[in-house]
Order: sequence, then C-alpha cells, then structure tokens
Amino acid sequence: MGNLLQQMLVGSVTSLKIFALTLLFSLPLGMLVAKGRMSKNPILSNLVNVYIMIMRGTPLILQLLFVYFAPYYIFGSSYDRFTAVIVGFVINYAAYFAEIYRGGVQSIPVGQYEASLVLGFTKTHTFTHVVAPQVVKRIIPAMGNEVITLVKDTALAQTIGVAELFRVAQNASARQFSTMPIFIAGVFYFLMNAVVSRSFDLLEKKLNYYH
Amino acid sequence: MEIVSVTDLKKEFDGLGVLKGISFSLNKGEVLSIIGPSGSGKSTLLRCLTQLEPVDGGSIVVNSKTMVTTTEEGKVRYADKQTLKDVRLSLGLVFQSFNLFTHMSVLRNITEAQMHVLGRSKSEAQQVAKELLRKMGLEEKEKAYPCQLSGGQQQRVSIARALALNPAVLCFDEPTSALDPELTAEILKVIKDLAKEKMTMIVVTHEMAFARDISDRVIFMDDGLIVEEGSPEKVFGDPQSPRTKRFLNRYEQD
Repeated sequence: MGNLLQQMLVGSVTSLKIFALTLLFSLPLGMLVAKGRMSKNPILSNLVNVYIMIMRGTPLILQLLFVYFAPYYIFGSSYDRFTAVIVGFVINYAAYFAEIYRGGVQSIPVGQYEASLVLGFTKTHTFTHVVAPQVVKRIIPAMGNEVITLVKDTALAQTIGVAELFRVAQNASARQFSTMPIFIAGVFYFLMNAVVSRSFDLLEKKLNYYH
Repeated sequence: MEIVSVTDLKKEFDGLGVLKGISFSLNKGEVLSIIGPSGSGKSTLLRCLTQLEPVDGGSIVVNSKTMVTTTEEGKVRYADKQTLKDVRLSLGLVFQSFNLFTHMSVLRNITEAQMHVLGRSKSEAQQVAKELLRKMGLEEKEKAYPCQLSGGQQQRVSIARALALNPAVLCFDEPTSALDPELTAEILKVIKDLAKEKMTMIVVTHEMAFARDISDRVIFMDDGLIVEEGSPEKVFGDPQSPRTKRFLNRYEQD
C-alpha cells in the first residue's frame, strides 16, 4: 500500500508538471492567438480561426497522437514523449484561453476606450491599465473552468506513453486485480482541483472591490 | 479670442449625412449650448471635435492649432500626431454615461491621466484631484469606487477627471440624460458654477431652461445643420425658423 501511494505520488508529480508547464506556455500564447483572432487583417484572423476550430473541434487525445507521431512520418524521428505532451496541451489550451480572452476584451464597454482616448492615454496604456485589469476580473470564472478541466485532462498524456497519475493507477489496478488504485487516483484529482477552485475563489474575492 | 473654429464640418455614417456642413466658433470664456432633436447630429459634432469620430470634410481649429482641414478636392487632412494630442488635451469631454474607470478609485480616476499624460508627480496629481473633489463636494469619496457612487456623484467625478487636465474647453455630451431630475439639478449646478468661473464650455443638452440660463450663445441643430444661432434671449424668446419654434413649443408644453 505504501509502495502504491509512493508510485502514485510520483505519477502526480508528472501530472502536476504537465499542468504547470501547460499553463506557463498556453496562458501567454493564448494572448497572441486572441490578438490574431481579433486582428483587422482578414487573412490572419481567418487563419487563426481555422486553428481554433481544429483545436476545439477535434479530440485532444487525437491531437496528442498527431503531435507525437506526425514528425515520425515527416522527419523520421520525433521529440521525447513528455515534450510532445506539453506541445499538444499548450496548443490546445491556448486556443481555449484565446477565446476566453477575446470574450473578455470584447465585453469591455466602448466607453472605457473612449474615455481613455479623450484623456490622451496611449494605446498601450489603455490596454495595460484600463482594459486588461477589467478583463482579468471578467474572465476568472471561465478560466477557473478551463484550468480545472486541465487538471483532469493531464490523464490523457498516457496515450503517448507518459506515465502520469492515472496511468500509474491503472497499472497498479491491473497488477492487484483491484479497482481501488483508480478510485484513489480519483481522490488525488479531486484534491488537486479543490486547491485550484479555492485559488480561483480567493482571486475572485480579491477582485470583488468593484463591479 | 477665438478658441474653437469649425468650418463646413461634414460627417457621414454609411453614406448617410449626419453633419452636413456645420460652421461655428467659440470665444474664450464663452458658454455655448447646442440643442436640437435626437439624431440632429449634436453628439456627433462633439465626437468629431474630440477625435472620437473622424470627419469626412471641413476644418477644425482649436487654440490656433489646425486639427483637421479639407483640401479643395475634398481630401481630409489631419494634423500630425503631436498636434492631435495637443488638441485632444485642450478639449475635455464629459460623457452622458460618465465612463469612469470602474476598477480605479475615485482619486485614481482623476490622477491617472495627470500622471501618465501630463507627467505630473503622484503627489502633485493627488493634490490637484483632492482640490477638484473638494470643489465638487466629494472630498470624502476619494477612496470610493465608481460603483459605490450615485449617478450624480459619478458625473461629478468625471467632470473633475476632465478638469484635472486643465482643458481650454470643456465639452458636455448630454451630461444629465442618464440622471433623474434631482441628480440633474446637482450636475447643472456644477456646470453653472463653472460658467461663473468663466470656463469655456460647449454643452449639448436637452435641458432647455438650463441652456437658456447659462449660455452666452445657443445653437439649434436639426438634420445635421445649424438652423438657428444666437443669444439665448433671441433663440428661445424670438426664434426665427419655424423648425426651432416647433421644437421649442414641444418643450413648453411639458
């Protein structure tokens, strides 16, 4: 039992690594994607839209397989499995985050931009000091949803052979002829997400000083 | 001294003429009211003046700086960036819906542009802001957020925010249209006090009695044109155009 928990903790560390690295890269990448999607250049915005449609319209599991195996067919070799998982997750989540950002930016009343303009703010200042802080507040609930989903999606990394928490639990389950390890894994995911939800609740509360 | 001069200003939305050749000028210390029915182009005129809308023809000169001109061939030429910025800062605008920055405290709403645009120090900006808040009767509200204020208080903050940049002209775009009669009176008093201090102002308003009371000059607009212009006594007391008469009659009936 002790051995099992130890293995599951190791698996959890892999899951958390996937989680953290995905956020680290997809949160900023999503901003670029959102910027492209809102671009006045129709070629760029359509191209970005196609990217978003593919990322949101096909299963993440398929995207992971594609990201890992496509280079074999094209170049004859691929990067290591873990890198492939990160690449797959990042490009998928960036698409979702981009749409959340876009929704947030477009929900800012035009009056906020007009007031900024009349007061002589530069475009950058308007974005960083007027728009962005208000967007952050508005998108927190949607981001919370997405980040919670990410915790659970890390289980898909096993499709290309990365031994994360769920894979470890399944292996243990097979060895012990028992479903117990899988249920324990469920508790692990639940606890991780309890931390995530709590963090988002706190953040929401912190930004509650204005409507 | 002429501080704003607008000549043959034209603006179209999707081929539909909203301003069809507006010319007027404003002298320092003068209060000009613009009245007229909804859709007559009053607000669009202010928005063109404050660079929120690009013009389609005509010229605007503010503080002897040419903001925009139109060549004989009808090509609209805006001034360089720096001139546009100077002109922008010499015209303050108070919006109908206040447009305060909802995530900033009252004090920061008023200091932000002073620090970022005029380069004033934080302490100087705060001093200016506090002085203006005192003038607006809101000295205890500096730490409040806009959502905690009444509409009238929000509008007073937005007036303070515009005044903090020392504009040569303060423009009001229907500043009381979003307020109930009590709060309206509150804002009208603030504008009246500014008029007493000889602040140069352009006020787009539906408050006829107020326009009559504070203005040095009144412009009546209809369908993108200036129909009548003159002293309040003349425009309200003895309107020449049948269109103006009809419009003012409506108000007197109320």
